[in-house]
Amino acid sequence: MIHSLFLVSNSGDIFLEKHWKSVISRSVCDYFFEAKEKAGDPENVAPVLQTPHHYLISIYRDKLFFVSVTQTEVPPLFVIEFLHRVADTFQDYFGECSESVIKDNTVTVYELLEEMLDNGFPLATESNVLKEMIRPPTILRSVVNTLTGGSNVGGTLPTGQLSNVPWRRVGVKYTNNEAYFDVIEEIDAILDKSGTTVFAEIQGVIEACVKLSGMPDLTLSFMNPRLLDDVSFHPCVRFKRWESERVLSFIPPDGNFRLLSYHVSSQNLVAIPVYVKQNISFLETGSCGRLDITIGPKQTMGKMVESLMVTIPMPKSVLNVNLIATQGTYTFDLSTKVLLWDIGKLNPQKLPNLRGSLSVQPGAPKPEENPSINIDLKIQQLAISGLKVSRLDMYGEKYKPFKGVKYVTKAGKFQVRT
Amino acid sequence: MTTMQRLLQLPVNAVNMVKTVQSQVQGQEEDKSPVLSPDNGQQTWYSALQPDELRHLRSGGTGGGGGGGGDQEERGFQEDGGGGGSGGGSFQSQPLRHDDLKEMLDSNKDSLKLEAMKRIVAMIARGKNASDLFPAVVKNVACKNIEVKKLVYVYLVRYAEEQQDLALLSISTFQRGLKDPNQLIRASALRVLSSIRVTIIVPIMMLAIKEAASDMSPYVRKTAAHAIPKLYSLDPEQKDQLIEVIEKLLADKTTLVAGSVVMAFEEVCPERIDLIHKNYRKLCNLLIDVEEWGQVVIINMLTRYARTQFLNPNINESLLEEGGGGEKTFYGSDEDEDEDDEEKEKEKKVEAAAMAKRKPYVMDPDHRLLLRNTKPLLQSRNAAVVMAVAQLYFHLAPKAEVGVIAKALVRLLRSHSEVQYVVLQNVATMTIKRRGMFEPYLKSFYIRSTDPTQIKILKLEVLTNLANETNISTILREFQTYIKSMDKDFVAATIQAIGRCATNIGEVRDTCLNGLVQLLSNRDELVVAESVVVIKKLLQMQPEKHSDIIKHMAKLTDNIQVPMARASILWLIGEYCEHVPKIAPDVLRKMAKSFTNEEDIVKLQILNLAAKLYLTNSKQTKLLTQYVLNLAKYDQNYDIRDRARFIRQLIVPTEKSGALSKYAKKLFLALKPAPVLESPFKDRDHFQLGSLSHLLNAKAGGYQELPDWPETAPDPSVRNVEVKESVPEWTKCSSREKRKEKKVEKPFYSDSEGESGPTESADSESDSASGSESGSGSEGSGTGSESEESEEASVSEEEDEEEEKKTKKRESKKPVQESESEQSSEEEDRKRERKSKQRKSESESESDEEEDSESDSSQSESEDSESEAEIKKKKKAAESKPPSKPVKKDTKKEKKEMSLLDLDDFEPTPSPQVTPVNNLLSNSLVTDLEGLSLSDAVLSPATIAPSSALKSYELLHRITGEGLSVEYCFSRQPFSPDANMVAVQMHFTNNSTSDTKNLHMEDVKLQSGMRVKDFPEIELLPAGEKATAVMGIDFCDSTQAANFQLCTHTRKFFVSIQPPVGELMRPVFLTENEFKKEQGQLMGMNEIAEKLTLDAKCRNEHAIVQRVTTAANLSRVPCGSDKECSPLVPPPEHPVYRFAGRTVTSGSLVLVTVASREEGAAQLMVNCEKMLIGTMLVKDILLALTQ
Repeated sequence: MIHSLFLVSNSGDIFLEKHWKSVISRSVCDYFFEAKEKAGDPENVAPVLQTPHHYLISIYRDKLFFVSVTQTEVPPLFVIEFLHRVADTFQDYFGECSESVIKDNTVTVYELLEEMLDNGFPLATESNVLKEMIRPPTILRSVVNTLTGGSNVGGTLPTGQLSNVPWRRVGVKYTNNEAYFDVIEEIDAILDKSGTTVFAEIQGVIEACVKLSGMPDLTLSFMNPRLLDDVSFHPCVRFKRWESERVLSFIPPDGNFRLLSYHVSSQNLVAIPVYVKQNISFLETGSCGRLDITIGPKQTMGKMVESLMVTIPMPKSVLNVNLIATQGTYTFDLSTKVLLWDIGKLNPQKLPNLRGSLSVQPGAPKPEENPSINIDLKIQQLAISGLKVSRLDMYGEKYKPFKGVKYVTKAGKFQVRT
Repeated sequence: MTTMQRLLQLPVNAVNMVKTVQSQVQGQEEDKSPVLSPDNGQQTWYSALQPDELRHLRSGGTGGGGGGGGDQEERGFQEDGGGGGSGGGSFQSQPLRHDDLKEMLDSNKDSLKLEAMKRIVAMIARGKNASDLFPAVVKNVACKNIEVKKLVYVYLVRYAEEQQDLALLSISTFQRGLKDPNQLIRASALRVLSSIRVTIIVPIMMLAIKEAASDMSPYVRKTAAHAIPKLYSLDPEQKDQLIEVIEKLLADKTTLVAGSVVMAFEEVCPERIDLIHKNYRKLCNLLIDVEEWGQVVIINMLTRYARTQFLNPNINESLLEEGGGGEKTFYGSDEDEDEDDEEKEKEKKVEAAAMAKRKPYVMDPDHRLLLRNTKPLLQSRNAAVVMAVAQLYFHLAPKAEVGVIAKALVRLLRSHSEVQYVVLQNVATMTIKRRGMFEPYLKSFYIRSTDPTQIKILKLEVLTNLANETNISTILREFQTYIKSMDKDFVAATIQAIGRCATNIGEVRDTCLNGLVQLLSNRDELVVAESVVVIKKLLQMQPEKHSDIIKHMAKLTDNIQVPMARASILWLIGEYCEHVPKIAPDVLRKMAKSFTNEEDIVKLQILNLAAKLYLTNSKQTKLLTQYVLNLAKYDQNYDIRDRARFIRQLIVPTEKSGALSKYAKKLFLALKPAPVLESPFKDRDHFQLGSLSHLLNAKAGGYQELPDWPETAPDPSVRNVEVKESVPEWTKCSSREKRKEKKVEKPFYSDSEGESGPTESADSESDSASGSESGSGSEGSGTGSESEESEEASVSEEEDEEEEKKTKKRESKKPVQESESEQSSEEEDRKRERKSKQRKSESESESDEEEDSESDSSQSESEDSESEAEIKKKKKAAESKPPSKPVKKDTKKEKKEMSLLDLDDFEPTPSPQVTPVNNLLSNSLVTDLEGLSLSDAVLSPATIAPSSALKSYELLHRITGEGLSVEYCFSRQPFSPDANMVAVQMHFTNNSTSDTKNLHMEDVKLQSGMRVKDFPEIELLPAGEKATAVMGIDFCDSTQAANFQLCTHTRKFFVSIQPPVGELMRPVFLTENEFKKEQGQLMGMNEIAEKLTLDAKCRNEHAIVQRVTTAANLSRVPCGSDKECSPLVPPPEHPVYRFAGRTVTSGSLVLVTVASREEGAAQLMVNCEKMLIGTMLVKDILLALTQ
């Protein structure tokens, strides 16, 4: 399956290699560099490349390329999904997944990779199991390790692989038993020039942070489970139970995990929290254009819209902008030509407005397309689909846990065409 | 560490000092340690050592254990040395790092070793060469510190291949590890051992794998499965042996192993599909619990398997192409609807079959099993699993069911862009074949300006494939937005997409064309050029209508510079010069003027234009053509020179012009077929979707072709796991054996046991009817006149009122009815014994036919030897009580009834030789009774219930058992030591010539939750003799097998008992009202309904009841019409049969309804809280009723 893995930085430096079968020379990456060169944008590098003797399957995450090499037929998604799982694990262990962090923790990274694959076939990918074998570094531990010369390898052997619940280790103990669930919904929408919705849907996830002792068996039920159109579960969720009763019944992994992701279909009417009045125009002659954007609340269910942010990728011919914002600040990145307007809270009484002129490269033709406006926002204490958790029950353990549910609505891929 | 080594090292350090300076001057980077020569010396010294010596050495090195005075001193010294080394390393130059690393490794402080190993691993990670450290590292392989050890393993696996001789030194450590009591150490030893790619240890690896494959721990077995492909890649010669191991591991029942072994199967012997047969159902059932990566591999393999084993579910669809019109409504439907659809489909198929004179397609239950068990995995969080299920459905499911995958695939579009990329490629292929499936999700493929270009283009492809008459207007509106994008590649692709929509959908062709023509005035040249190319293709379809567009394009030649576009315009004008007779020559004039400055493709088209004009309009263009040809004659490009020469010869009439020239017009102005604008994803689906080969559209190494459906289905019985039924064997057996077999059979009175519980409940009459029914049945047998007395005796304890009813009933049914006797049961017993003895001799002479049918029922309680005494006591107690208060005595009465059959007087401990006597009696009675009931419509069906046969299964074959053969059957008796256990009756036959002693079981391996009660040890089984024993198994309401070893004094045999689902329940009595009430609570997911056509032989009440009760241990629910069972009331035209039971372990209700309809059609409905049991039961009963 997966033969080798190369970690490549954005600048094209191979800073880590791992082989699970025989060694493959890193020169195989030249094909990848060639493709990267051709694609220009790193996002545009084809995830699967064919070379005379190998296939390169790569992902681009956090400004890093994970380039894996295989020699035979393998489902590409299998590899891609696995590579993302590797990146997730790094993120989980080190807080971020960047070149410097991986370089600082080479040995831990190497041990992780060793455990995650055996002969190219995934072995242990559950973070709970891995953490038992290889302890994640903490500041305290790294201090202790430098003093005592210990490493992050677990001293005892894990038992998780062998328990009936592979994602949960046995003997978990907490003094404060708590279980928190974040219902996070993202609105994906495309609005056209006039503000009508071309397409809108809601993607939601329930992120859980469960710190409970022993082997708790949880049941989470919703007021309106019918809303959930399409769901995918963490493997711990009992599918049959969901099918028959529409409740989530599971023995949770220890710590943070994504319990469920769901989809509220575009058939349902999706509330659009804000409206955008915009006017971006470029003059036919003369090297300038005008920009005027106002944002106002639309359907916010009486909640405050926070962290409002507008991103506009300007045409390449725009040289600079000269704008005035009534609220928040704006920045214009001269190299990427991205205009970023950070508004903050949306005040319904005094609508934020950004207006001014754009200077365009002299002599360049008028840009064909007006740039689209991408909006980012956050609404606390609201799940825009109306989803509500009705209760959480725990079986199998005697103590009373603290329970909490938080709702957040965010803008996902929220785009206004102009 | 020996002093010798220390001595060796000192000079090494000295040498290093010197070399440092040199290397610093040279400024070498860390290619290789410059201190190679002393290193080599050390190396030879090591390799001369035997593994044993090395171990000794190691223990000295790491051992803090042997604490002699001298030892202490030595260590102190070493620590100093190590410290000095590492300290020195800080100011020593880079190249010497390896030496201080070596020193650190040689020290006996774990912390130093660890530090050194960390640095070495970091080197490996960066791709630096660390191979020269091999000797120093390898001796730490037995280091006690687990952290050091792990890093040493990492190093070893990386470099063992390069230093094979030295690597061998580590082998013994792993060999010892393989014997470790800790399973994780065993596993890790095997993992590293198998990762060392050294050919010489192949036999050791083989041995280790074989051993690990039968390890107790599933984790070790999993590791063994992982090791198989490693060994195979190292030495393909081992294939045959490895296949044996794979075969063994495939039979493993743990989910942990399943994924890994299938992976090994795929890498080593994907062509050995026959290995899967026996494990197919198990894999299907385990699938949901396998870890996600294993699921992907198993699903992909099963797709291939199913393609070879089942029939194409759409085989008739292809004959009924118009049937596709309805598919839109089917898509996106729920499962319930799917069921309906299936019905429709079936009907449709039947029609189709009639047309095609084919047999109607019936899906193999195993095929259905696969589809059903993979469906929940569409909900997996792992994109690869979802994709695997999607491709399975795409390749295997009936057309109407494929729709379920669309939603899941659309969900994946939210994932990372790489995932989107792969999913969109597959969706693009799917949309070509099954457009309707994704139509509801059209908007999910709308493109955002922030998408990467490759994703945009794929989405565009999907949108284009999805376009049809109804949605084209929305799609075109979207496309209009896209055309304004800043991403020019994307715009070009959009224009192509518009072109494709226009060719595919005639209605919008004009609209599209107009839109494209507008684009011709676009400021961006690329857009214009692309439009021209697309317009050219479109115009070819109906040129005559569009001469104005051609004129418009002719004008563009002045402005447009993109060669491809210019060439397209010229070709178009040339091709349709008759439509623009005035403009064409003028265009040629302009072109002739700029000929020398044009690109090559444009020049070629100018030549073509000239030639075509010369042929149609030679008067105006003759000179121009000559001029152009002359220019071309001296062109730099030889293609153009060639073309000019060719055209000149062809069109310009000369005196010696060839025969071809008169065909010139035909050659140049032939009608050209319009180009077909096709998706690049067309026909990609011959590659298995989701595979690398599909993505690349080229066969990747190791790709397994997806086979075509077979014409006729291969034998489905190869997947049957249970050993062949022994029924046919009986007929071949000697009469003595026959008797033995019969003991296995279902007890005659089993129904009364099951139903006597609620005898005194409100609906008691029906129950008493069942009791009396059996009595009347036995009367009907004609031969056994006494047996009914015993029957009456059993009933005699019931209340008078009931008896009256009974009598009435009996009168109404049987004129032969005799008066009820109030004899004591003991007497009764004796009589019966005598009778049965007679009967035995009679029935033995009966034909084989009858033997078969009488297999129906028998009492087997005699084997309940341990409860014997108890029962007897109870019997006594029950007898002593007056018969007027049986209300609380239900259970006792039941016991008593059982005891009536006990042969306690006859023989103190019941033995198999005697019990059959009873069975024979009852059997023959039942046979007769069956004959009767066929003619008697009012006869309560409960009587027939016990007539179901008990299947006997082979546990151990005579040959494998070396003379000992064992069969088992489910006696359907409550297992008295534990009510939650299923009683399994085992029959031992010693066919060998020597005695078998100490027959017992041990080493029971069970799934969690299952329990087993062993059968009592059989001390002696003389040669040629038989014995019977009963064991109890709590299957936990699952059909998982119970594995154990059957031991004799000499041998052990691995055997396993797997229960058919019907045996996992016990009958319970319910009235019709209760039944309906319970059924009402088990709706929805707990209800499984299936339509069927009853077998021709199975259309009467008796047969149906008999077959259902044979298939499952259920009891008949008396139907309402029975209440007034007078012969005056005719039975309903379409009777409904109901059966009830509870699962043995959890006591969940199992309700079965068979509703008959006209013409042998019927509906089967099972309500059970345990859905798995329900579905399996439906399948079993369906099979029983249709065959």
